[in-house]
Amino acid sequence: MPTTYAETWFPVLIQILIAIAVAGGMIGASAILGRRMRDPVKMSPYESGMTPVGNARERFSVKFYLVGMVFILFDIEAIFLYPWAVVYRQLRLFAFVEMLLFIVLVLCGFFYIWKKGVLDWSIDERRDEAREKRRAA
Amino acid sequence: MTFFIVTLIKIVIVFAVFMTTLAYLQWIERKVLAHIQSRTGPLRVGPHGLMQPLADVFKLLTKEDVFPPFVNRFFYLLAPFIAVCLALITISIVPFGPEIEVAGVRTYMQIGDVHVGILLVLAITAVSVYGVALAGWSSNNKYSLLGGLRSSAQMISYELPLSLAIVSPLLLANQLSFRAISDSQAGYYLGFIPRWNIFQAPFPQIFAFIIFLIAAFAETNRIPFDLPEAENELVAGFHTEYSSMKFACFFMAEYANIVNITCVATLLFLGAWHPLFPAPYSNWVAPLVFLLAALSCFAQAAQPRRKNDQYTFPLFGVVFLVLTAIFVVAALEIVPVLSTILLSIFWFLAKVGLLIFAFIWVRGTLPRFRYDQLMHFAWTFLFPVSLLNLLITGLLVALFPERI
Amino acid sequence: MDTVLFIIFAIVAIVAGFNVVLQRHPISSALSLVGVMGSLAVLYLLLGAEFMAMAQMIVYGGAVMVLFIFVIMLLNAGAEKPSSKAWFAQIAGLPLLLAFIATLGFLIYSALPGLRAVEFGSWTMGTAEEIGKLLFTQYLLPFEVISVLILIAILGAVVLALKEID
Repeated sequence: MPTTYAETWFPVLIQILIAIAVAGGMIGASAILGRRMRDPVKMSPYESGMTPVGNARERFSVKFYLVGMVFILFDIEAIFLYPWAVVYRQLRLFAFVEMLLFIVLVLCGFFYIWKKGVLDWSIDERRDEAREKRRAA
Repeated sequence: MTFFIVTLIKIVIVFAVFMTTLAYLQWIERKVLAHIQSRTGPLRVGPHGLMQPLADVFKLLTKEDVFPPFVNRFFYLLAPFIAVCLALITISIVPFGPEIEVAGVRTYMQIGDVHVGILLVLAITAVSVYGVALAGWSSNNKYSLLGGLRSSAQMISYELPLSLAIVSPLLLANQLSFRAISDSQAGYYLGFIPRWNIFQAPFPQIFAFIIFLIAAFAETNRIPFDLPEAENELVAGFHTEYSSMKFACFFMAEYANIVNITCVATLLFLGAWHPLFPAPYSNWVAPLVFLLAALSCFAQAAQPRRKNDQYTFPLFGVVFLVLTAIFVVAALEIVPVLSTILLSIFWFLAKVGLLIFAFIWVRGTLPRFRYDQLMHFAWTFLFPVSLLNLLITGLLVALFPERI
Repeated sequence: MDTVLFIIFAIVAIVAGFNVVLQRHPISSALSLVGVMGSLAVLYLLLGAEFMAMAQMIVYGGAVMVLFIFVIMLLNAGAEKPSSKAWFAQIAGLPLLLAFIATLGFLIYSALPGLRAVEFGSWTMGTAEEIGKLLFTQYLLPFEVISVLILIAILGAVVLALKEID
């Protein structure tokens, strides 16, 4: 049974050290064991048998960036919920109203991004369809 | 000093069991999937393919370690390292049972109890995105990059409902340490309804549990959310360019994450090691289960379907009979400490096992989402629903704050 | 034990911090920054601020740095090319940096009440409960203002990216 603050974290520290050792060992083992046979085809990027064209490092949809951004903001909201939950039975309805205000304000932003189509990943398709229709008309 | 020695002993035991479980999870998954699909699954290596995990490890160890020249060397190696490393930490804060006293030493049935256990799990989940993102990016392969990106966007999207679903049982428990959360679920209403969080008044957390499970499927990149490694479009996703043990690292991390997240679900929602019904009766569930297993083994041995069945099934039957005997002794509470250890471990592992089975079952039955559906589902359904569940729980706890 | 860990992670934080500046490739820099965040979290933990340490890992280590990495991948930023034109920075950079650190150190040193040895783990107000009590009673207004800040940030993010979406 841990008696001091350091003792509560000591087992986790040991576990982290063991995890590092195991992970390092596994990657090291694969480098040492096993024979090596190099040939140029094997050393090219795997693209289901096709000859790779161009580089993999291409730009991708701004959607990923937006999801990352929105995630940070809601993650900050979520992290406040934990101390709130811990003191909840001491403050009761007071705490509830506080958090309700907080969540409602953040939810306003949530509905804004929803309506703006940030959460809609098929929007490109729909835009293309609309463009096709316009062209046909 | 005793504290350190006891801690080391516990780590050795838990780690050995954990690693064996990880190896055999692969076998269990293949077997269960095979039976869902009317196949037999691994059968060649050892009786019923029981040596298959060992064979797999040897195979992967001796495979050629392809180190492609086009990758970013440092990050290419760092990615599997991060994945495995983080996946092995969580088990150290999982409690398997109550506080016990063996030979005058009082200790928890847990490697270490930290006050912010649940936050540590979330922190590990948050950081493990790097393993996937880096693997995809450093491989310099189009499939890998797409898989890694999809996976990391998916993981952060589902982390939100996951962390919100965790808060609602915390409103009932008002603690962040796993041990305290488990202890708050002890006892029974009216003498027979367990006070697990999925049953607990004033608002049973059944919805939070379902949201948590769905998000857990997505966090562990399992079907129906296995878009990152959708093999018919992305080959193997972020680990396309990995081979040998580096490839095994990702697999091990995936299975470890499944075990971790089911352990967390058990602790938060299913009452940890507390039995489904009160003590003197619940003691007999374990012997009964093992006895039934033994009997079915003998029944199978009576009508052997394959060549060695008449030898292997009686052997399994005897093993189960021995387990039955052990748990009968435990149920009679002849040695109280032993009973506590065995029974709480039995109940904990039974719950975790059922959840893992559910993971495999879902994999065997559900088709895959499309990526836009996946993101849409996370943000426009799971996130608002988990917030709503949180607010309802909050309101009810505020109105009826006394623990019944 | 505490002191040893403090020294180790302080060194890790500083080395990783330098690495952020020295690395040529933006991804390497971003990951070094993750290292800085991680070691800062450990330092918080050593001081007894458990909740802060975990929040640091979840928000900075997880969310913020993932966004950084996304942006770097999105822009497909390659390795940075050293520019030879910044002769002023090359000559005056290091002395100016040292002067800045010295000034900052002096200011902090004189502002603090006195040089006491920090006792690790003696501070017990860093739990989630203590933070919750303060946050939801004494610092209620700042807490509610945060939600307005988050709202503004959401609007800002969408407006910035709107051009790309439409």
